[in-house]
Amino acid sequence: MSTGAKPIETQDMLLNMGPQHPSTHGVLRLVIRTDGEMVSEVTPVVGYLHRCAEKIGENLRYEQFVPYTDRMDYLSSMSDNLAFCLATEKLLTIEIPPRAQYIRVIMAELNRIASHLLAFGTYGLDIGAFTPFLYAFRERELILNMFEYVCGARLTYNYVKVGGLMKDVDKKFAQMVENFLNQFDDRLKDYNDLLSSNSIFLTRTKALGVISAESALDWGLTGPNLRASGINYDVRKAMPYSSYEKFQFDVPLGSNDIGVVGDCWNRYWLRIIEMKESCKIIKQAMDGLPAGKYAADLRKIKPAVGEAYTCIENPRGELGFYIVSDGSEIPTRCKVRAPSFVNLAIMSEVGKNNLIADLIAILGSIDIVLGEIDR
Amino acid sequence: MSLIEGKFGKNIVITSVDAVANWARASSLWPMLFGIACCAIEMMATAASRYDWDRLGVIPRASPRQSDLMIVAGTVNAKMALVVKKLYEQMPDPKYVLAMGVCVVGGGPYYKWGYSVVKGVDKVVPVDVYVPGCPPRPEALLDGLIKLQKKIQAQTLAKDPVHDQSAYLVTPAVPDRVGAYSQVKPLN
Repeated sequence: MSTGAKPIETQDMLLNMGPQHPSTHGVLRLVIRTDGEMVSEVTPVVGYLHRCAEKIGENLRYEQFVPYTDRMDYLSSMSDNLAFCLATEKLLTIEIPPRAQYIRVIMAELNRIASHLLAFGTYGLDIGAFTPFLYAFRERELILNMFEYVCGARLTYNYVKVGGLMKDVDKKFAQMVENFLNQFDDRLKDYNDLLSSNSIFLTRTKALGVISAESALDWGLTGPNLRASGINYDVRKAMPYSSYEKFQFDVPLGSNDIGVVGDCWNRYWLRIIEMKESCKIIKQAMDGLPAGKYAADLRKIKPAVGEAYTCIENPRGELGFYIVSDGSEIPTRCKVRAPSFVNLAIMSEVGKNNLIADLIAILGSIDIVLGEIDR
Repeated sequence: MSLIEGKFGKNIVITSVDAVANWARASSLWPMLFGIACCAIEMMATAASRYDWDRLGVIPRASPRQSDLMIVAGTVNAKMALVVKKLYEQMPDPKYVLAMGVCVVGGGPYYKWGYSVVKGVDKVVPVDVYVPGCPPRPEALLDGLIKLQKKIQAQTLAKDPVHDQSAYLVTPAVPDRVGAYSQVKPLN
């Protein structure tokens, strides 16, 4: 077939995706090298939402820093409050009343559902389905109503405090949770009808952006992204905190049933199943909610010299706080191990050799929060 | 009886150009789909099923070139300030800016220790409506949008030296690490 004509020379193009892009979930900037529609290199550029959270942690007292953890992962503020308070409590070596521990679990799991609902809704938006977003927000508002009832805020709660909780829950809250749990199974069915079984959605996500178990471990993925690759690691099971060991729940893993282990579909589907598991935990915790105090007696937060690291299972993975204390009321160092930051790094590997449109599908399935990445 | 009174049939609309232009601008505010931080989630909630800002004629657009309102939803830091300014410049006239949340209004919780945070987006772009709150509730954002609509309805096409925006077309002053204000180099 040689006609002597020169092969067509192509030229790579560098494209900026973001910081203003409707599908980058905030102000992420991806510098992508493209050859036509194919992406040959992806470089995430972060820092557009740097808010000095760790430095602020070195300047404020322990109890003053809790509101700043709200604004780190603003989709699961309760989890962030909890992680910081657990680290401080480890430094203080105090006992938390069982009632406070149970309520913390209820709040963290409710917040996990709210966060996964948002991930579900916006993933639909990224792929091109607008309706699931409206349905997801309908249920999310129910959860926000409960949070608003107990602590007065819709998004930034500052509810978990060092030593326990800001306020106790009452019968009306229990009624709200029960109402929500009763209807949520039917709602999940709606979501599956709308999006999970949609053939366009399946075609867009199946066998796309496959992360193998090895590379997931190598890149340090945690949370649903790791479990979708088939590795059973959940901090709630591996290192139980706040009396998670008392609850029965399964840790869903990626499977080959519909997609391939570690693909976008599995990452999406895992979040749907995790919402069901969270409902189970909330039900058990509400049924077995012990009576007693909702906060430990704590006059002054002044830990001894030392350091502490605690990690919890955030909706996005392992969220850790590493605090160094010099014996004063202000921490010397307050380092955050943010799951989204670590999870995002794999974009440079998994985003390669895909179409630009598929890059959006992969990024959406990793479910990042920029507030946590840049801090 | 004036000269033209009673001369037109009922199928002829009689109004001023100002009223028509303002009516059209106020009832189809198209904001740019651009969220920065926590406030963006409340902005999404305002767009979603319960609050539904579509009923005010607010439909988000993905490109700055199709939008006439920029809702700055979330903390703007030194790295972001230039992007915000560039986006503002890409929007066609007439354009409006709504500052959502205390970070954007004036630094908010990051006022004292946030070395990278711009203390108020009005240092970078001109702001029409300020909506405080951390984050503001969707009702507050809707109220801000209605206030903006009222503001638009009071506009005139005549020359207005107060709203002359050419004064803002200078390089923004954003804080550097030590908190002093200085010129920031452009990206790359």
